[in-house]
Amino acid sequence: MRFRSRRWSALFLTISAGLIALIMVLPVGYLLLRTSEAGSSAWAQLQRPSTLRVFTGSALLAITVTAGSLLIGLPLAWLTTRTNLPGARIWLTLIMLPMAIPSYIGAWAIIAVLGPRGLVQQWLEPLGVERLPEVYGFWGAAGALILFGYPYIVLNVRVALRKLDPALEEAARSLGQRSSQIFWRITLPQLRPALAAGSLLVILYALSDFGAVSLLRYNSFTRAIYLQYRASFDRTGAAVLSLLLVGLACGLLAAEALSRGRARYYRSSAGVSRQPKLVALGVWRWPALIFCAIVVVFAVVLPIVAIVAWLIIGLRAGQTWNLQLTDLANSLLAASLAALVTIILAFPVVFLAVRHPSRLTSLIERATYIGYALPGIVVALALVFWGANYLPWAYQTLGLLILAYAVRFLPQAIGSLRTSLLQINPRLEEAGRSLGQPAWRVVLSVTLPLLRPGIISGAALVFLSTLKELPATLLLGPTGFHTLATDIWNNTAELRFSQTALPALLLMVAAGASLALLLANERKT
Amino acid sequence: MKLVRSLMLLLCLSIVIAACGGEATPTAVPAPTTAAATPTTVSAAEATATVEVTAVAEVSPTVPTTTTTEPAGGSLVVYSGRSESLVAPLLELFTQETGIAVEVRYGDTAEMAAQILEEGDNSPADVFFGQDAGALGALSDRFVTLDRSLLNLVDPRFVSSEGTWVGASGRARVLVYNTDVLTSTDLPASILDLTKPEWKGRVAWAPTNGSLQAFVTALRVSQGEDVAKQWLEGMIANDVKVYESNSAIVKAVASGEVDTGLVNHYYLFALKKEQPDAKAANHYFGNGDIGSLVNVAGVGVLKTAKNPEAAQIFANYLLSDGAQLYFADKTNEYPLVAGIITNPAIKPLGEIITPNIDLSNLKDLQGTLELLQDVGAIQ
Repeated sequence: MRFRSRRWSALFLTISAGLIALIMVLPVGYLLLRTSEAGSSAWAQLQRPSTLRVFTGSALLAITVTAGSLLIGLPLAWLTTRTNLPGARIWLTLIMLPMAIPSYIGAWAIIAVLGPRGLVQQWLEPLGVERLPEVYGFWGAAGALILFGYPYIVLNVRVALRKLDPALEEAARSLGQRSSQIFWRITLPQLRPALAAGSLLVILYALSDFGAVSLLRYNSFTRAIYLQYRASFDRTGAAVLSLLLVGLACGLLAAEALSRGRARYYRSSAGVSRQPKLVALGVWRWPALIFCAIVVVFAVVLPIVAIVAWLIIGLRAGQTWNLQLTDLANSLLAASLAALVTIILAFPVVFLAVRHPSRLTSLIERATYIGYALPGIVVALALVFWGANYLPWAYQTLGLLILAYAVRFLPQAIGSLRTSLLQINPRLEEAGRSLGQPAWRVVLSVTLPLLRPGIISGAALVFLSTLKELPATLLLGPTGFHTLATDIWNNTAELRFSQTALPALLLMVAAGASLALLLANERKT
Repeated sequence: MKLVRSLMLLLCLSIVIAACGGEATPTAVPAPTTAAATPTTVSAAEATATVEVTAVAEVSPTVPTTTTTEPAGGSLVVYSGRSESLVAPLLELFTQETGIAVEVRYGDTAEMAAQILEEGDNSPADVFFGQDAGALGALSDRFVTLDRSLLNLVDPRFVSSEGTWVGASGRARVLVYNTDVLTSTDLPASILDLTKPEWKGRVAWAPTNGSLQAFVTALRVSQGEDVAKQWLEGMIANDVKVYESNSAIVKAVASGEVDTGLVNHYYLFALKKEQPDAKAANHYFGNGDIGSLVNVAGVGVLKTAKNPEAAQIFANYLLSDGAQLYFADKTNEYPLVAGIITNPAIKPLGEIITPNIDLSNLKDLQGTLELLQDVGAIQ
């Protein structure tokens, strides 16, 4: 009897997750369609020497960004979760804020402050500094993307750290292991799923971001794809490059799958997992605080300084602003709906992949990641094509826009949920079912509360990403649906940088406040 | 579930904010340019300032469930590749004059062209108002042929040779230069001279920018692939400085980061709105030089338009005196209909002898992109 219900639930999960995966690969279907129309010109595009250069350059950039994000994100996650760092919660909110800064604004800020004739150079002018070294190119782009990428690592690792069973570390300590050995041998291996999920998000994000690479002039895939759209309105060149990017993403996904292994991450012995004790930093408090401060200065303060500088320039020029509260409301509405819908869609996919692991289920899970490597404009145009031609009644409605957000950001929710679910012993659910409860009741009353850290992280990631999302919002939003991100874009398109300052600040305030609200749910229970 | 509760709280919050924002302040009409129009003409900004513009962005926070086509009477759907702050007040005036309600979507010109192509026969758009002749040309076979009477209002240089789109305002290519370092007499008569040794490391360009690519396309069309290739290679050998956009170049020139840059003429005035004392000026290349290409922003009516009559009226409106004056005043572009007075700070269009180029032939951006990549201008 019990087995039968389990089989039914697996079947139900497979069907729903399969459907979700199908929606997720719509962009790829569109790309194949466009490429198949191209014929010989597609081959020509593939054989261009520049294509190979762009391919290797992008891969190198993505790997560098991931390494840098790990180096910054892992210590930050540990400090804000497992130590008595003063003001940990405030630090956490601050270090997550870069996720809400549109990368083109962040890149503008980097250029405005650190550029050859930027603010810093002007401060140093009295000391005889004529020009600063170039920020443009590989290292500038990598630096900017690291600042936007490390939060993915922080949130994912936090999820795992909050649920780690301290008994393992204590056992190691009782066997005379030093703290550093414990970290490398006990803690880090347990963080593997979280690190993998976070790294995957960062590496795919680095491949798909456009703002930073374009402003900091590094020729990545995304930039090449945008140029193709601009240049050849037949959209085939862009489709070929995008498919190459899909190939690269598939390679990365396969590599990550191989690294997963079959380890268990939940406590299997009797007894209950306790909350780990906070590490007392003692005198190490100061270097820890300085480290957090340095990251926050570069990732948050710097853009805010640039934005405020624009605001002042505008005020001096006698500009007037009007606060578009409607647009702020639209931003919050879209972001909260997107977070809710994306988390709901992530559930069946994650449950299936973790509780019923098989070739098929992990294929379904990985399929949902593919769209994440694609630039937003590609996903948006794909949904324009499917929406306008096959769902005309839904085209340019809020519903389809939210679906577009879900297609773009589902992996963020899946990564966090997966990390969380791996740490929950399936015996708990089985115990619930053996007491005669239906599966859905068990999930609601047993699994969900335990999953809370993962749900909150996933929701926060999707929420912040949606706040700054631009291409899908422009192409798929209801007519007249303006958000803070479209306000910023509209003013940059008009070259009125001082006018972008207000919506940009508002965006960061809204992100910070929403983040604080979400994190307040993380209270120890 | 606390989390669901807090997301719901955010939702409610957004609706409350929207309710407050429902009484949004009217869209601010930006102050008229410092270089005011001559007293003899009524500037369009003053004309619009008296009109009480209500925020176009006043969408109700409730979830829109209908598609963009309204059953009752129908309204004109405009896809605008030009930005809202420019277009929205103009559309207000249009609605007041004609009584035709307008729904407008904003986006990037190239992306919107791609969007219209993807939408195919189901495109909700009635008209496309874009800011690049290349994008308009790419949609040529999706557009209807416009009335001769309309096309004849504008110099044939700025009209589609197939009669499918018409230019509404013009933008000239110029060399912006830092006035602390250079005077106008130091500057060359031809853009082709910028490859000479005295300009080594002193010129900026934006090879990924549509305006520069349109110029390179014009260079290929008018003087052949070889000349274009030689010029591009000469510029690169001359250590040309690469920027991402026209605005980035103008800022860099004004700050002294680089001496000169190839841009459109109106970027300087946009910068001067924010920094009136910016140390930069525009230089126009000599008569008929390919460097003084004038590109257009223009309009086409879609074959699939649900409101073809309203769409025609809109196209006509963009060439009316009021609209032309508005462009001249608001964006410092060139009006294309004769007899409209422009900002005296800008060299009149009549004095620019443009190269002999059919703008409809600027469609081959693909070839330009390949050339730019081959010579390494775009890595």
